[in-house]
Amino acid sequence: MTEREGKSPGGWQLNCPVSVRDHAECVTLAHGEGGRLSRKLIQERILKILQPVSSQSLDDAARLPHSGQPLAMTTDSFVVTPLFFPGGDIGSLAVYGTVNDLAVSGARPRWLTLSLIIEEGLPLAVLERILESVARAAGETAVQVVAGDTKVVPRGAVDGLFINTAGVGELLEPVPAGPAQLQAGDELIVSGPLGQHGMAVMAVREELGIEPLPQSDSGSLFPAVDQLRLTLGSRIRCLRDATRGGVAAVLHEWAEASGKTLSIEERTLPVTPEVRGISELLGLDPLHIANEGTMLLAVEQGVAAEAVAQLQTIPGMERASRIGVVRERGVAPVTVQRTLGAEQPLADPLGSPLPRIC
Amino acid sequence: MKYLDEYRDPVAAQRLLEEIRKTSTRCWTLMEVCGGQTHSLLRHGIAAELEGIVELIHGPGCPVCVTSQADIDFACELAQREDMILASFGDMLRVPGSERSLLDVRTAGGQVQVVYSPLDAVRLAQKNPQRQIVFFAVGFETTAPATALAVRQAERDGVQNFSLLVSHVRVQPAMESLVEAPDHRVQAFLAAGHVCTVMGYESYESFVERYQLPVVVTGFEPLDLLEGILACVRQLEQGQARLENCYARAVQAAGNRAARDLVQEIYQINDRAWRGFGVIHRGGLELRPEWSHFDARLRFEKSELPVLENDACRSYDVMTGQLKPTDCPEFGKRCSPDSPLGAPMVSSEGACAAYYRYGVPADNTT
Repeated sequence: MTEREGKSPGGWQLNCPVSVRDHAECVTLAHGEGGRLSRKLIQERILKILQPVSSQSLDDAARLPHSGQPLAMTTDSFVVTPLFFPGGDIGSLAVYGTVNDLAVSGARPRWLTLSLIIEEGLPLAVLERILESVARAAGETAVQVVAGDTKVVPRGAVDGLFINTAGVGELLEPVPAGPAQLQAGDELIVSGPLGQHGMAVMAVREELGIEPLPQSDSGSLFPAVDQLRLTLGSRIRCLRDATRGGVAAVLHEWAEASGKTLSIEERTLPVTPEVRGISELLGLDPLHIANEGTMLLAVEQGVAAEAVAQLQTIPGMERASRIGVVRERGVAPVTVQRTLGAEQPLADPLGSPLPRIC
Repeated sequence: MKYLDEYRDPVAAQRLLEEIRKTSTRCWTLMEVCGGQTHSLLRHGIAAELEGIVELIHGPGCPVCVTSQADIDFACELAQREDMILASFGDMLRVPGSERSLLDVRTAGGQVQVVYSPLDAVRLAQKNPQRQIVFFAVGFETTAPATALAVRQAERDGVQNFSLLVSHVRVQPAMESLVEAPDHRVQAFLAAGHVCTVMGYESYESFVERYQLPVVVTGFEPLDLLEGILACVRQLEQGQARLENCYARAVQAAGNRAARDLVQEIYQINDRAWRGFGVIHRGGLELRPEWSHFDARLRFEKSELPVLENDACRSYDVMTGQLKPTDCPEFGKRCSPDSPLGAPMVSSEGACAAYYRYGVPADNTT
């Protein structure tokens, strides 16, 4: 991240598609202190925008309708810089991220909480733009925003805006068995090209000057998961959205949970030319780069072709691909077959990947 | 990205492997002097395919690995000073100096900024006029033109708060120093394609003549590497020692004239301490006197703290081919990318890191 100059409204580097005027109204510390300004901010800005996806007043505790089904709950915090990136922004990301955690756990996402931690000086126009994006994503995924919180912190305490969302969903039968139940012979599938989100954010944040810019895959996985549940049922072993650490991190987690070896073939991995180009230039591996709308699935032996064909009918998942199999534990927890066919262990990355010198 | 798959074609690769096996009557020892090639050889399984036919020694091909601990210590010291930002390429961050790495310093509150191009560091200086920006200029001749350009741009734009901690190293003097050692085992060199793209390969003519060793300019993709290896093996089998270019699509005899001129304009050759090797005669670059106002060593005083060389790491033996990374007693035990004993394990270009990443760890249970 490059150092930011003094954060006058005109000096914000938000990659925001709306122009922020020099004297734009900004969020001030007073907006967060609970008085009249706070109420005004919540009612006139936040609630107004979220109204289509929220039937409640967003304060104190939300009352949820009685549900006959078991529930799943999750929470996630979003701290992405810049707030706007090719293919999305922090608002839609905060909805999709939590929705996807519920979806891959086998739940239908229903309710969300939304907590905003705002840096003093954030232009209100930017905040509104992000809330509109929250509302759009919530509407698309049919979740209701039922409770919320707004805090304003002094300059430098957060980077523009942090969002936390918690989500509750209803578990749908059959719930996937989970990675501990992986069997030798199970097949591994990814739902789309790897590393789009991580590379999109990095390309704009570091001003890499790459054209065309990779687009984030930020989006909801629920429609895909739901369709596969209806058609394949319990033949789906487990699913996971491959966020930080990328597909490699999920493979390692599953290998650990199951005690098996997960073995993939490099030539079958879907990667766009943009992501491949940046990876080659900087010495990064798309397997280690974050995704925000791409998942790894394990299905019973013999089911992969059907699952892939179904995924490929879903917009954004045209490049879904079978990438490997589960085997009894061999020399390494995760292996990858590269160019010449030899099988090699795939590293579980230590922290975030650092680009190389040459 | 175009023109990658053509050079990773498994069928063509098998054909070349077969040709090398057929040509070779004994196990020849070749050295590559480029971390990118080391990684490619292991990543694509070439080193394993050629076991017993060609032994590949992974020479000092990683500029990050050979950057002296004294330079890293100074960079760490600068990053901790008030109103200072130390800008560096990403893979320098985890490399330990005497006691700490730049990443440790950043965690402790020091100002370390990863940049992707030296020109980003100049921009950083322009955006932060109240702070001093020091760019850690590490790399072989491949990187030197870009850092030279940053100096020229800073001069043109009158950027006063920008300077360089120059740690550039030169490949050929290191190769000379290796083969001057009486017990060296190298029978032929794969010359680093990227360095030759900039510098050309004319300067290797005298090298070949003097040391009577084949030198083959070689690229990075599997087919490039296999062609380079095959050319070496053919020469060795015929008892020849010639200079050959197997990377003609990128490398011309005279290199890139504009880039060479730029390096020449900004830098001059000096003797430089290489980590693990000691001082190599004419082994580095420094700013010419007329550009010394960009020299961070002159601009900022250095503390006199002693540099504590870490002798548990046998990087010299690895880089000279006396020791295979996996034969090092510490490999995968006390030394891993999580807790490296030395630079070859930590840098993404380092030979030990490549073996760890692409091979099976010997034993990581201890």
